[in-house]
Amino acid sequence: MKSGSRLERLLSQGEFVVTAEIGPPKHASAEPLIRKARLLKGYVDAANVTDCQTAVVRMASIPAAVHLLREGVEPVIQMTCRDRNRIAIQADLLGAYSLGIRNLLCLTGDHPAVGDHPEAKGVFDLDAVQLLDMVRRLRDEKVFQSGVPLKGPEPRFFLGAAENPCGAPVELRIMRLAKKVEAGADFIQTQCVFDLECFSRWMESVREEGLDRRVYILAGVTPLKSARMAQYMHENVPGISIPEEIRERMAKASDSQEEGIAIAVETIQALKRIPGVAGVHIMAIAWEEVVPEIVRRAGLFPRPQLPEETDR
Amino acid sequence: MIVAKPKPFPFLTEQLRPYRKVAVVGCETCVAVCLAGGEREVRRLAQALELERRVRGGVELLTLPLTVKRQCEYEYLEPLRETLKGVEAAVSLGCGVGVQYLAAAFPELWVVPGLDTLMAGGPTALGVWEEYCRLCGECLLHLTGGICPLTRCAKGLLNGPCGGASEGRCEVNPEVPCAWILIYERLRRFGKEELLRHLTPPKNWQLAQGRGPRKLVREEVRG
Ligand code: SF4
Ligand code: SF4
Repeated sequence: MKSGSRLERLLSQGEFVVTAEIGPPKHASAEPLIRKARLLKGYVDAANVTDCQTAVVRMASIPAAVHLLREGVEPVIQMTCRDRNRIAIQADLLGAYSLGIRNLLCLTGDHPAVGDHPEAKGVFDLDAVQLLDMVRRLRDEKVFQSGVPLKGPEPRFFLGAAENPCGAPVELRIMRLAKKVEAGADFIQTQCVFDLECFSRWMESVREEGLDRRVYILAGVTPLKSARMAQYMHENVPGISIPEEIRERMAKASDSQEEGIAIAVETIQALKRIPGVAGVHIMAIAWEEVVPEIVRRAGLFPRPQLPEETDR
Repeated sequence: MIVAKPKPFPFLTEQLRPYRKVAVVGCETCVAVCLAGGEREVRRLAQALELERRVRGGVELLTLPLTVKRQCEYEYLEPLRETLKGVEAAVSLGCGVGVQYLAAAFPELWVVPGLDTLMAGGPTALGVWEEYCRLCGECLLHLTGGICPLTRCAKGLLNGPCGGASEGRCEVNPEVPCAWILIYERLRRFGKEELLRHLTPPKNWQLAQGRGPRKLVREEVRG
């Protein structure tokens, strides 16, 4: 075990895991986090807390994750390279570990220009690959990025990275994925999958490279709430394209929320059948309350428990 | 070359309001080539400043249009010493380096920047200039097929593209191609795409930022 986190243990037992995403609030109260944690508890194996996604200021990932911990939901914190240099990142991660956080997703981060403080300086002292390498060495070699040794217990994180399975050119994306695995990624969370055909092709390349045996792949799933959202995401979210067929289904549906849920459930069931997919990561953007229903309808409820949890 | 663009005219008239004898000092090198601070721009600015003062009223303005070969070398500024006697202020149409050399060479002269210095780059079409180098102090173009990821990738990534490029365009600014896709294509043309598998370590920013201003000493040149 690298970290002994719930997520790591369930994956190593071969469970098909379910994680979800929680966006922290744009204010200083933990109330929405606590509400969302209670909603998701028992339906997901761990929950991601974003790090100022889309470069918009929100409560930081680490303190938000502590609120989840208190609610009994295992957090996956996110760390981007946008806002912190290597000193700040390492310092924050030592603190996060001391607070009981065990899962970490390493991201490049969105550029400040796309967020709500477009005049901010993008730090990008490291990129996501270098970030992974740094945190893996903190854990496995017990040294800081500079090579200076730690003076006590090392932070032992289960390390994740993100990948866009439908990005082009495929060969380049696979090379970068391999590099992330080499650098230290233990699991991969993919961008949300709408185009199953392109995702399957990507998984084929992943298997050809033998990467599915070295890293757990969690496929991203986003329930669409409306036809407008589908169109918007298709046109405006970098790296996402939604097949026409799905956009049409959303447009024709009399109950678009129900259709969105149905598509998400079908997608999960299809993903489950693809060799090498170790779980799903549900990103219900500002619609977290729909996650339990999706998990139930996809036949993924109840969630497995660890031995010490069943004892209780 | 260093690419710069003119500051707004009202900024300059405002800055020069207290003075009656003002030099406009251009530079025949980079800023002349990018049509911001050469002899022609100096002449035009000097005329415009005088005209504005006449129209607006107040003390008459006398300008001295001057252009030197390189404003970033004292050798070329020295000959101006006689001419600048009695001149109270100068607008430098040099890059940020030129402005500072001018100010340092003439401690009695109040110097105002006439340009905004933008980048190390070059022209890519008539009237269009683009950035190519961030002067990082340790060039890695041999790893990236002659395309600088620090400069031309919006996030300065060193280990391949972020996930957001769409149809070869950058997610941050769709007007420009994703630098990493350009790098990939070029490496592939040379059969060197394996270079992309190597982890490029974090950059040594000391070389880019120094401890304050960077300094280069080459003993062999000093002699
Ligand atoms: S690697 Fe550094 S020196 Fe080379 S082009 Fe890029 S910024 Fe300039
Ligand atoms: S799309 Fe390409 S150029 Fe733009 S930030 Fe991402 S990697 Fe860099």
